[in-house]
Amino acid sequence: MNTIEPKGRDPSLDSAWTLVFLAWLIASVSTLGALFLSQVMDIAPCVLCWYQRIFMFPLVFILPAGLFPFDARLVRYALPLAVAGWMIALFHVLVVAGVVPENIRPCAQGIPCKEQQIEWFGFLTIPLLSLIAFSLIGLLLLSTYFKASK
Amino acid sequence: MKKRVQVKKDVQIKKEGPQLKKAIFIGSAVLLVLVFVLGIFLYESERLDKSVKAAEQNLTFLARGHSPRLGPVEAKVHIVEFFDPACGTCREFYPLVKDLMKANRDKIRLSLRYAPFHAGADNVVRILEAARKQDKYWQTLEAVLASQPYWAPNHKAEVERVWPQLGNLGLDMERIRRDMYAPEIDGVITQDLADAKALNVTMTPEFFVNGRPLPSFGYEQLRKLVDDAVAKAYP
Repeated sequence: MNTIEPKGRDPSLDSAWTLVFLAWLIASVSTLGALFLSQVMDIAPCVLCWYQRIFMFPLVFILPAGLFPFDARLVRYALPLAVAGWMIALFHVLVVAGVVPENIRPCAQGIPCKEQQIEWFGFLTIPLLSLIAFSLIGLLLLSTYFKASK
Repeated sequence: MKKRVQVKKDVQIKKEGPQLKKAIFIGSAVLLVLVFVLGIFLYESERLDKSVKAAEQNLTFLARGHSPRLGPVEAKVHIVEFFDPACGTCREFYPLVKDLMKANRDKIRLSLRYAPFHAGADNVVRILEAARKQDKYWQTLEAVLASQPYWAPNHKAEVERVWPQLGNLGLDMERIRRDMYAPEIDGVITQDLADAKALNVTMTPEFFVNGRPLPSFGYEQLRKLVDDAVAKAYP
């Protein structure tokens, strides 16, 4: 009699909440990390970095809007941002790797996108970090969608 | 009656869930911001440490005989400014530095070093150095800085737009055009850029007051550094 399962409380909703919360955590760490690199370490962002920022920064504010109270429809609003950012991050990684030929690189002006100021452990560049973050956020949002639609 | 109790409990549990979640969310947000701020603090203090050490080890890099100077030679407080004629902040700091010198009359001398980081700015440095040969350095510098927004649109120095700004300074323009590519001016720019690199100067303007770099960038920081140096040198 003590364990009353309240009506309308679906345990899968809780795990969906956690997934979105994790996505928010990744977006926030990425945003603060990007700001640290540009504002504190004075590493100027190139054009492609700016486009990735455009899709990463809003997630920090859009995701919590769907957390309180939990609203699974947030996936509809957040996933397009994550996918667009993911595609640009992928493109950027390919540019850095030299897979994408020079002439279609859209970073003619200002800071070159190919040059990498940071290479942790010999392979972890900023665009790669971005690609990992967007991938994780995308996967978390997708699983939120499937969890909530069950 | 029983039903009412149950509803109340429901409400309580429903309330606790979101409250815990809110606490987790707010806690994480605060933690992230704290880590960020701590990171800034650690990074900046390490950077300041490095530049203080670099300046101490490289005192000879700070002052070179070739640099333009202002103020009496015997002044005990020496400001070394690395600057770029095309840099907007350098333009804003120029009158501020002059005010500092005026406020501490005869106690401060200023040496200008070049760090032409903007595209094309080295050509403007060449004009300044060539004007120096005609003893019109400071007038030329002031005219160049005053008209900077016109000749450096989009952070790119366009030397062709500089010439018209120098019209009424009484400069021998033909001579400037001849002198500006002299090898000794090449040498000045190369030396200043090499020294800037050795001293960790990556942005302009950068100030050193009696060998000490700014703890963080800003006019107040510069004023305090100068005031401290003046108080120490002239007790």
